[in-house]
Amino acid sequence: MSGDHHPAAAKAGSPASPGRREFLTRVSIALGALGAAIVAVPVVGFLLAPFFEKQSQVWRPVGTVDSFRPGMTVKVDFPDSSPLPWAGVVARTAAWLRREPDGTFVAFTVNCTHLGCPVRWLPDAGLFMCPCHGGVYYKDGAVAAGPPPKPLPRYPVRVRDGQVEIQTSPIPITT
Amino acid sequence: MGIARRLWRAFDDRAGISQILGPVLRHPVPKDARWYYVFGSATLFAFLLQVVTGIALALAYIPSTANAYDTLQWITHQAPFGRILRGMHYFGASAMVLLIGAHMARTFLMGAYKFPRELNWITGVVLFVVTILLAFTGQLLRWDQTAVWSIAVAAEQMGRLPLIGRALARFLLAGDTWGGQTLSRFFAFHVFFIPAVIFAFVGIHLWLVLRHGISEPPEPGRPVDPRTYRAWYQSLLSREGRPFWPDAAWRDIVFGVCMAGAVVLASLIVGPPELGKPPDPTIIQADPRPDWYLLWYFGLLALLPPNLENYVMVLGPLVALIVLLLVPAISNRGERSPARRPWAIGLVFAICLTIGTLWIVGARAPWSPDFTTGPIPARIIGAATGPIAAGGRLFYGKGCQYCHAIAGYGGARGPDLSAVGDRLTPAQMTWRILNGGMNMPAFAGNLTPDELDALIAFLKSRTTRESTP
Repeated sequence: MSGDHHPAAAKAGSPASPGRREFLTRVSIALGALGAAIVAVPVVGFLLAPFFEKQSQVWRPVGTVDSFRPGMTVKVDFPDSSPLPWAGVVARTAAWLRREPDGTFVAFTVNCTHLGCPVRWLPDAGLFMCPCHGGVYYKDGAVAAGPPPKPLPRYPVRVRDGQVEIQTSPIPITT
Repeated sequence: MGIARRLWRAFDDRAGISQILGPVLRHPVPKDARWYYVFGSATLFAFLLQVVTGIALALAYIPSTANAYDTLQWITHQAPFGRILRGMHYFGASAMVLLIGAHMARTFLMGAYKFPRELNWITGVVLFVVTILLAFTGQLLRWDQTAVWSIAVAAEQMGRLPLIGRALARFLLAGDTWGGQTLSRFFAFHVFFIPAVIFAFVGIHLWLVLRHGISEPPEPGRPVDPRTYRAWYQSLLSREGRPFWPDAAWRDIVFGVCMAGAVVLASLIVGPPELGKPPDPTIIQADPRPDWYLLWYFGLLALLPPNLENYVMVLGPLVALIVLLLVPAISNRGERSPARRPWAIGLVFAICLTIGTLWIVGARAPWSPDFTTGPIPARIIGAATGPIAAGGRLFYGKGCQYCHAIAGYGGARGPDLSAVGDRLTPAQMTWRILNGGMNMPAFAGNLTPDELDALIAFLKSRTTRESTP
């Protein structure tokens, strides 16, 4: 078995070979690196796509103006800005919509500004409460108690043709 | 010679399996390496158990946000062996987390990270981190309501990182919000990326174990001196070393089989964690909690003072990782015996105590409002009509009871008010209710004077005499 390798080994060890060997080493490493880079660009690009993608936001109707009583806060549901066909129920978003006594609308995200858990509206208490770490907000979204560092973020709201519309937004990330 | 043996020898002659594995299996190990050395191999067994059960689950699990929940329901409640398989995957994950923790603690206490095994420790730290990531992403693949909201919580924590936080949160969600890509990406991380890293680092870790040998049990007064250690260790092995197979390996096999048996038994008796509500973000009645291995961190985030929270969230994991990686750099020589390193015992004890305490607090979560509480019964209120009865109803209706308990009814977020009538005067109660403070909201804009009077009448009647008849 070892005899098969002797001629090649002797040839590789000839005086003319070091330069050639060094050249072949560099070419092999360079080609390997180039090949890896060519493959890596689309793979890494696909992996990191969420860093670069921009999603445009859209207005979603959530009900007629008359369906919301002044002074009431209710949960409304609407689809995300660009749901993928296989997204299922996660393509839906909720918001707390409040119709002020003067007729204007305010929409709050359901995400607590502490760590993003869903806040509940307690109508009799007039408070939003978070089940995770006990964050509490007043009906205007201001922090009432607990760890939330900021008031409840608001969605843009408008009224068009008798419909209340909410503009989709990213999940609010407290920075 | 039997035909089977002749066939094996012919196959082995061509394949060279014995030539490769023989020296590895028979490499000498210190003769006193006994039962406390089995945690590393048991962690590997648990990982292999995860690979096998994970592949089986992948036969039916569809990593799509629209289908994953339904396929898991089918696996758990209809598929033959599905329930036990999910249970094994869950308890296998728990075993892996526990065993890698025990392995690290043993390595630290026995000073086995010291020269020349520094890289063994560092690769072990990497394996510990990716094991936690594997466990966390596994919880998310359950794809119920808790999984969906846990992703939001994780994204919020990422968001606290300066400059890149918002982008990282978006990366985690795979978009502006949860969507079609969120689960498939976590699935890819859980079954491809992270296991690939684990396989690679297990390979390096095992190579390093073979290269430097299993550390001998430490003895007081036998410090590690990098100048002489290797020669001394080799002489120890040549004097009294034993072949790993079967002299030491049998303990690994016995412990590993017992571990696998315990996992199967737990999955049969306890079963897999029941799925929560569907992953619909519009269902607001959610109470997301991490699995047990991160419950202590959930507790920590609730108890931190607000001004420290960002620092702990951002720097805490980073500092912990750096400290763990630097352990060999801090001390890679000297005494290994825990008897001569009381600070090492103290440190491990303090870590266990801290995590254990936070774990218990996290499981109880007294800071969370108790939304499950029901109205206080009339016999405890002590009146069926009048202001005291009305106050009792308001105490529940206005949400006071979510945070305050009376006679065992209500949350633990605020003080127990079973005997508040003994502690506070009506004027003090009125002031606190209207103005809030001390982590309590102000109710001034949400109570009529009559309601306030009724509430005060009810609270005033909460005295020791009435609450403990």
